[in-house]
Amino acid sequence: MSATRIHIILYSAAGVAALVGLAESIYLSVMAFTGETVVCGGSASCYEVLGSAYARIGGVPVAALGALAYFGVFSCATFALFGYVRARMFFALIVWMMFAFTFWLLYVQAFVLHAFCRYCLFSAAIIFLLAGIAVAMPAASERKTAR
Amino acid sequence: MKRYLPFIIVVAVALLAVGSGAMLYRAKRPATLTMSGKGGEPKHVRGNPKASVTLEEFGDFQCPPCGRIAPEIKKLEEDYQSQLRVVFRHLPLATHVHAQAAACAAEAASMQDRFWEMHDLLYKEQAVWSKSEDSRALFQAYAGMIGLDLGRFKRDIDSEEVKARIAADQRQAASLGVTNTPTFFLNNRAVDPASINPEKLRSLVDAELKEKKNPSG
Repeated sequence: MSATRIHIILYSAAGVAALVGLAESIYLSVMAFTGETVVCGGSASCYEVLGSAYARIGGVPVAALGALAYFGVFSCATFALFGYVRARMFFALIVWMMFAFTFWLLYVQAFVLHAFCRYCLFSAAIIFLLAGIAVAMPAASERKTAR
Repeated sequence: MKRYLPFIIVVAVALLAVGSGAMLYRAKRPATLTMSGKGGEPKHVRGNPKASVTLEEFGDFQCPPCGRIAPEIKKLEEDYQSQLRVVFRHLPLATHVHAQAAACAAEAASMQDRFWEMHDLLYKEQAVWSKSEDSRALFQAYAGMIGLDLGRFKRDIDSEEVKARIAADQRQAASLGVTNTPTFFLNNRAVDPASINPEKLRSLVDAELKEKKNPSG
């Protein structure tokens, strides 16, 4: 299989994964802004995490920051799919930043709050998938189009 | 056309994301709740009965945000003294396994006129009893700590009267459309969930006091 074809498959998969993450983040952001965190799918653990002080940074819900990051990943994947070389670099950059932040959030859930939120775990799984895609991506030099 | 396609896709997704988020927010945002004054006099009031500002809470003793805001409310009471009175109503949520038992413990304490002592202790010790296998044993220990008659406390905690008091608050919450905790009403007007933090609450109380002093302004 050619590198171009692999790029198309991987960036398409990344775009779809980012869209799923974006939808989830928008849902969680709305929950945070409306105070519906309490419902949390009937899970007390989820409530403990999303209702905690760690669920906001400077008053902004972490989910809203996640939505921005997922949108960034989707945009970069789309542009990369159309041959924009710089988009690949930004794609990798955002994904690795999200990957690092996910570890921090997993640490907080496991060792600080002692509770896991299923939405957060789902988001972590999407980010691990995106990181896997970033690792599996063939080197950029194999593509001819450079913009 | 192909040159513009990625821009079109990205802009379309952005619009879709913002639009769906806005629609979801409109569907889920709490209606502007106001208390009608009906539904019975509140049982648990702390502070000056004639205070110009009343902060009423629908709370769940096991809800972490309720636990976090409780000491802040107490600070407000200390700072505003006779200008502020605080009302507590029960809304134990089904998602919290010990919330109903905690509400019963608080009501059993109320039967001996120690509701607020138990209220403060339950929030202070929330992290302990909410993860305990035997929360009732801890509630009994707390009853001892605040000087309750333990025999009476053990009887009252399972009594129908205690359950009826909690159920009355839950009915009041349902009639107002309150489903989340903590939900606050400031002089009968619901406080936006985003404003449930010490700074915003303080500014809202200040605004209410200002309004009372200068009704026309």
